[in-house]
Amino acid sequence: MPATDAPPMVRLRGVQKHFGALHVLRDVDLDVAAGEVVVVVGPSGSGKSTLCRTINRLEPVASGEVLVDGVPVPAEGAALARLRADVGMVFQSFDLFAHRTVLDNLCMAPVMVRGIPKAQARTEAMALLERVGIADKAGHFPAQLSGGQQQRAAIARALAMKPKVMLFDEPTSALDPEMVAEVLAVMTSLAEDGMTMVVVTHEMGFARRAADRVVFMDAGAIVEVAPPEQFFAGGGSDRTRSFLSAVLQH
Amino acid sequence: MSALVDNLPALLAGLGTTLFVLVTSAVGALVLGTLVVVARVSPVPVLRAAAFGYVQVLVNVPLLALLLLAVFALPDAGLIAPLVTTAIVVLTVYEAAYVAEALRSGINTVPKGQVEAARALGFTLSQTLRMVVVPQAARAVVQPLGNVLIALLMNTALTATVGVVELTSATNKVNLVQAEPITIFGAAGLVYMALALVIGLGAGRIEKKVAIRR
Repeated sequence: MPATDAPPMVRLRGVQKHFGALHVLRDVDLDVAAGEVVVVVGPSGSGKSTLCRTINRLEPVASGEVLVDGVPVPAEGAALARLRADVGMVFQSFDLFAHRTVLDNLCMAPVMVRGIPKAQARTEAMALLERVGIADKAGHFPAQLSGGQQQRAAIARALAMKPKVMLFDEPTSALDPEMVAEVLAVMTSLAEDGMTMVVVTHEMGFARRAADRVVFMDAGAIVEVAPPEQFFAGGGSDRTRSFLSAVLQH
Repeated sequence: MSALVDNLPALLAGLGTTLFVLVTSAVGALVLGTLVVVARVSPVPVLRAAAFGYVQVLVNVPLLALLLLAVFALPDAGLIAPLVTTAIVVLTVYEAAYVAEALRSGINTVPKGQVEAARALGFTLSQTLRMVVVPQAARAVVQPLGNVLIALLMNTALTATVGVVELTSATNKVNLVQAEPITIFGAAGLVYMALALVIGLGAGRIEKKVAIRR
């Protein structure tokens, strides 16, 4: 566990958000310490993806504070782009740039946003592709890769920016079971290396294995925050227990 | 046949004017249409509204009305430009609306996730457009743009009504002397068809080259 007196890497305070009449985030408070892995679980529509997306302001919030590394997330503009460069994000649908090779996908942002020389970006990108096990796919286009390979490439693309924190928005929900394993393996090794991670997922095995804390959300509110052993022991609220009995039964 | 051969210089001059008007207004319409569509998809409400208004007005006013307005009304208001220049400007402004609509349909084919991924990586709006959206939209838009250019080619003939001596006007003048309408207009029609074919085939080739697998 990271030191508790350090300022949190991510801090949400009193965050509210509505989609029309739907109250998707209800007064959400959450701190994620540097190096901590927080796994957010909950039923569909509970607001967990929205919570994840508020951290880099892909979803603006109605009220409340969002801070990353002590800095309030700015409104749309150059300052927000700079902040987003430090926050890696992995999406459910991979979203690799379809018109560029895998290697280009990794190099574009470091070169264009960070201004790193092309040769250096390529060397670092190849090392990352090696790390996620798809170095042989560097010259391929995204559509030529399996879902699991695409998602590993997407993780590598986010890592290429050397982010302070990584957000995972249901990274395995669009994958076949076998591919889920290869993506979770990459994420687990990342967690072991001390990356600060916020992971929205339905993979309870990953939560148990890799999380420092599990956040359970329902109807837009955080119902419970607990270390995984405590969370899965089922000592929490009734709502948590009914969720757990539903997801852990099979 | 001799009606054509004897008047070849006049007809070729007309064809030259048609090609000149076509190429210049095509380049102008592509540039202006791109600017309009950037405004149309920008996050600035005023720009979006202005671009929307631009497209709506120009798509819903006949080109002939615009040509008559520019050629006969503007000089009255003190704006006098050479005839061919005026025709080129009108065609550019008119076709830019169609170019913008074609480009917008292309932009709509780019999945939203591509934009979110770019923004999440720290790309600015202009980088997102330049590096991610436009290159992908361009691939979907080659054939529709080819069709807009073919329509533009046909529309150059309308400039004959305001006095530009392009291919249709030159053909008409030759026919007034020779009175061999089938031969003369038939030949002009074949030239228009050949030009349209070149544009269509060119678009097809470009499309094949830039296609991306999804």
